Amino acid sequence: MTSVPRVGLFVTCLVDLFRPTVGFAAIKLIEDTGCSVDVPMAQTCCGQPAYNSGDRADTRAIAENTIRAFENYDYVVAPSGSCAGMLKKHYPGLFRGDPQWEARASAFSAKVHELVSFLVDVRGATNVSARLTDTVTYHDSCSGLRELGIRAQPRRLISSIEGVKFVEMQDPDVCCGFGGTFCVKYPDISNAIVERKTENIDAAGANTLLAGDLGCLMNMAGKLKRQGSKVEVRHVAELLAGMTDTPPIAGRG
Amino acid sequence: MSARDTIFNKVRGALKPQADQAARAALVAERLTNAPKGVIPARGQLLDGERVTLFCTMAERLSASVERVANYDAVPAVAAAYLRERNLPASLRMGSDSRLAAMPWDQQRALQIRKGASDGSDEVGLSHASAAIAETGTLVMVSGTDNPTTINFLPEHHIVVVDAADIDGDLEAVLTKIRTRYGKGKMPRTLNLISGPSRSGDVEQKIILGAHGPRALHIIVVGA
Amino acid sequence: MEITSPTFKQNSGAALADAQLQKALGNVRGGFIDKRRKAIDALPEFDRLRDNARDIKNHTLDNLDLYLQAYEAKVVEAGGQVHWAETAEQARSIMLDICRAANARTVTKGKSMITEEIDLNDFLERNGIRPVETDLGEYIIQLRHEHPSHIIAPAVHLNKEQVEADFRRAHTHLPASRDLTEPESLLDEARGVMREEYFAADVGITGANFLVAETGTSIIVTNEGNGDLTQILPRVHVVLASIEKIVPTLEDAAQILRVLARSATGQDMSVYTTLSTGPRRSGDPDGPEQYHVILLDNGRSAMLGTEFQEMLRCIRCGACMNHCPVYHAVGGHAYGWVYPGPMGAVLTPSLIGVDKSGHLPNASTFCGRCESVCPMRIPLPKMMRHWREREFERGLNPATQRYGLKLWAWFARRPVLYRLATSIAMPMLGLLGRGKGRFGYLPLAGGWTKYREMPAPQGRTFMQQMRGRKAVAKGLA
Repeated sequence: MTSVPRVGLFVTCLVDLFRPTVGFAAIKLIEDTGCSVDVPMAQTCCGQPAYNSGDRADTRAIAENTIRAFENYDYVVAPSGSCAGMLKKHYPGLFRGDPQWEARASAFSAKVHELVSFLVDVRGATNVSARLTDTVTYHDSCSGLRELGIRAQPRRLISSIEGVKFVEMQDPDVCCGFGGTFCVKYPDISNAIVERKTENIDAAGANTLLAGDLGCLMNMAGKLKRQGSKVEVRHVAELLAGMTDTPPIAGRG
Repeated sequence: MSARDTIFNKVRGALKPQADQAARAALVAERLTNAPKGVIPARGQLLDGERVTLFCTMAERLSASVERVANYDAVPAVAAAYLRERNLPASLRMGSDSRLAAMPWDQQRALQIRKGASDGSDEVGLSHASAAIAETGTLVMVSGTDNPTTINFLPEHHIVVVDAADIDGDLEAVLTKIRTRYGKGKMPRTLNLISGPSRSGDVEQKIILGAHGPRALHIIVVGA
Repeated sequence: MEITSPTFKQNSGAALADAQLQKALGNVRGGFIDKRRKAIDALPEFDRLRDNARDIKNHTLDNLDLYLQAYEAKVVEAGGQVHWAETAEQARSIMLDICRAANARTVTKGKSMITEEIDLNDFLERNGIRPVETDLGEYIIQLRHEHPSHIIAPAVHLNKEQVEADFRRAHTHLPASRDLTEPESLLDEARGVMREEYFAADVGITGANFLVAETGTSIIVTNEGNGDLTQILPRVHVVLASIEKIVPTLEDAAQILRVLARSATGQDMSVYTTLSTGPRRSGDPDGPEQYHVILLDNGRSAMLGTEFQEMLRCIRCGACMNHCPVYHAVGGHAYGWVYPGPMGAVLTPSLIGVDKSGHLPNASTFCGRCESVCPMRIPLPKMMRHWREREFERGLNPATQRYGLKLWAWFARRPVLYRLATSIAMPMLGLLGRGKGRFGYLPLAGGWTKYREMPAPQGRTFMQQMRGRKAVAKGLA
């Protein structure tokens, strides 16, 4: 391994398409821990939409593309618990029993980390250089929490920012109702779930809602705005990287 | 082909084709014979005195009432007092457990003792537990003429005498005792593990005592 | 039981609009979850017990034929009778034969989901035998001609006012002026009514939480004591249980018992854990004269050796549904058959077919909370995904969904075209949404925008910008 670890950034399709700021924030945060960051152009999607719809063949094809694009880096980092979970926990199973790919997939998955977990657990970061005054709360996205054990790490880094007050909402670890295609397949149920979430968010008394997954964030932001809430919604990477001058998710007001 | 045959064929067909049927059979026979114990929580693994105290604490948490007496002779007076304090008729149903029979009931003249299984007309039943489990505050009751099972369920109040020496730390210790008493692979008709008085949470999840079994459970722990 | 799983969406809509139900479901969210947490925090060995419980069940399933044989021999040795039923129909028929042989008019029943699965009550009634549910929750829903909405708390969807109304309607022999506002009075009334039924019953039917191969014992757990009065008072006790309820030894049962009540209701032990072996012995002053066990397959053997085998570890504790955000939103009846919540989503397609019940494994966000609380460590989301794979193979999912996802996957496999398409679409959308930063309405996104604003994309994609930056860095722009 070279002295400067080489990180391949898996930007995720939602960040790529909807909120590139998160990608740039991720690059800054990773570079701040002394790594070099590269963005392979051949990446598209982690394959989770196909995977969770039961289309294993397409998932595998997408996975092969991803593994090929990233396997030569020291680390693969994604600013999303659900995408990182897909790459790390679910890719190996796609190739079980395949003599050509099984070991290759396992080797790849071993290098995958979610962004905040990478900063804290792998690079040993205990604080960030951002400075901001705000009261914030944090939603634990399901995959990040239950597949990758991400809970303490973002809270640690958030609390290290001078001027930021952290308040815990009720049931931060309960699903927001996004669930990928679930929210459009079962919109009424998804709405019931996100309504409970936004109730808890409002009651927490924070100005800003943070999380590590853009899907969850878009879901919660969309609901908060529909309800006329003033709460602003950002990806945690934006706060940690000090990139909060861009409009929040779903705008202001 | 009978349903039994069909089911067995389906089950055998579905399981991974095992090359060594003899090994499988040996594995199963070994488990059935040795009955390995598994994970025993530390909670009940206490020395005698502490174990008894834990049992009493756990039982009280389950809304059983617990009283401690020095010896068996004290029990009839305690039982009589229990009935008086609650304005219950001076009548008790019990089985033919020799330890119960040997108690000085003649000292409680006013108390009527009815023997045998309960027919549903008893307000209060009295039993002697086979054992108890400190880990969970549980009484162990065994069916038979000594302590008929109906006495555990039909009366409104159930008074149970436990010998402190019979309080074990965990269920596994009790199972070992049962095995010793009845023989390997054999059981009494009914073994009741009773943890507190009867209750239900079926209306709005509010827990209320006195569903179909006894609404009150009074435990008399005898001895050190 | 009428299967309404195909109309899960409509069922859910009705459930979401049902104010009474929504109020009652609040009890599930608070009560069960907090109680379980407390019980587990008080037992440091809990996770190791879960591991052991899973291992015991896996070992048992891998050797199910041998353990079933051993179990049967022991039941017979203890003076009991074992019957085998492949299908629900066979089980009902055997039950009827036993009841007829006993000249049964009334049978009492302990709470048993397997009897729901085989539609036993309706069948017995059609054949002139009156079944009386003795578990308070089951009794209440029997009065309402409903089915359980939760596998351990059958009446969880009801409020006490509804129960009061049902009791007044059914117990016409009691004075109309009586006060039934408090749950205590409802329980007292049920206790009184049930006493007579217990004594009148000729046959008592229970399920089994465990069947112990070592001794031929059946184990039930209750808090009310109803399962006990059901089995010790009548002349005949019949146990109906599916074949995967077998455990090897008493010690194995003890291990799994430790995780059962804690996961279900947050109790260390249910009030009554009862081990029954055979009929009464000579000299026993009480107990049933006959003891029958009906062992039912009904689809279990078809799950063995498949990717759904792990579902056979389920001990029916209900923890999964207690923690499920979908169950919290719609309750149990929306699932449309006997088993609701995450375990229902996995088990139901195995038992009634994925063509009828495909909605169930699809109506999940895969949040994983169910798996995280399952005492038997069953990977529920994984098996729901396997059902989705089966549906995909058979082309059962809606066409629009399939084509939409196929289109996405087509692009995702072709990075160059993906870049091209998105670098056109996203800036356009970004421009449209620039003012507010969001859309109140977007074509093709009706499911989303019905309830939420759609956040607008920032504009040029990340990869577009990266390409630009790389070109600058290389001196190409």
